[in-house]
Amino acid sequence: MHRVAVVVFPGSNCDADTRDGARAAGSDAYYVWHRDTDLRQADAVILPGGFSYGDYLRSGAIARFSPVMAAVAEHARQGGPVLGICNGFQILCEAGLLPGALMRNARLRFLSRPVRVRVEVTDTPWTRLYEQGEELVVPVAHGDGRYVADERTAAELEAEGRIVWRYVGENPNGSTRDIAGVCNAGRNVVGIMPHPERRNAPVLGGTDGARVFLSLEADHATQHAGGVRAVGGHHAEL
Amino acid sequence: MASFRVEIRVMPRASLLDPQGQAVGHALHALGFAEVGEVRVGKHIVVRLEAPTRDEATARARSMCERLLANPVTEDYQLLVEAA
Repeated sequence: MHRVAVVVFPGSNCDADTRDGARAAGSDAYYVWHRDTDLRQADAVILPGGFSYGDYLRSGAIARFSPVMAAVAEHARQGGPVLGICNGFQILCEAGLLPGALMRNARLRFLSRPVRVRVEVTDTPWTRLYEQGEELVVPVAHGDGRYVADERTAAELEAEGRIVWRYVGENPNGSTRDIAGVCNAGRNVVGIMPHPERRNAPVLGGTDGARVFLSLEADHATQHAGGVRAVGGHHAEL
Repeated sequence: MASFRVEIRVMPRASLLDPQGQAVGHALHALGFAEVGEVRVGKHIVVRLEAPTRDEATARARSMCERLLANPVTEDYQLLVEAA
């Protein structure tokens, strides 16, 4: 069982659904307040969707300087899994833990509806239970969802297989290369704009998002099978 | 120490789509301002600060822009520093 810290910022509003999504997948999920500096031996960290600090200046620009973010960055540096959903993705970009930035939707409107995405890579802690090329229906709910990166960075993401999810059919926000989610070079930090926690049970209209959370537990099981155990909140070879 | 007033202009990078600017441009056309070409919308931030010299005030303001006030991926900024 993974210990999953769900960070709560002033303005987060998907924190409860995200914690419940992780719990439904079998994780020991709990909240960490943005002023905390200790992730309490988290195996994985999720920055949930919603808003943060009014998203003044730019979405995520002020949240990235929250006291908790130093611990999140350190967790990421040590290879710990980190997932940013929507506003969490924006915060990870602002913090420099992911490349690029998220700008105002090309057609300005706040969009809240299901979209189709294709799973491009499965070698991240958050996508390993999907099939490569599998198409999902997952809701988006964002005003600032247009992923941009300079051409060199975008080409690098493509070449290194770091585009995790891509919009198919229609691109709702005008993002570069139809990007809906990316990961860092170490592949442990993932950011996605759609909300898997809003599609993880039949009662929510589908279960396409559930494997994001289940993947983490599968990852954990695999690591245990490989003779790895958690020490002080981090994985270490026996 | 002296007081300075720094005006900071943050603009979306020219190569990037600025839908807000486009929407404002369309509204100006709708009002009959047919002469309007491209419109871009940015931010104007005014910071008052204390510094020993104007150069130091400029350096500090530049650091604020790079760390917080502008996003280096999507925005450019300009500074105007004057004695307050």
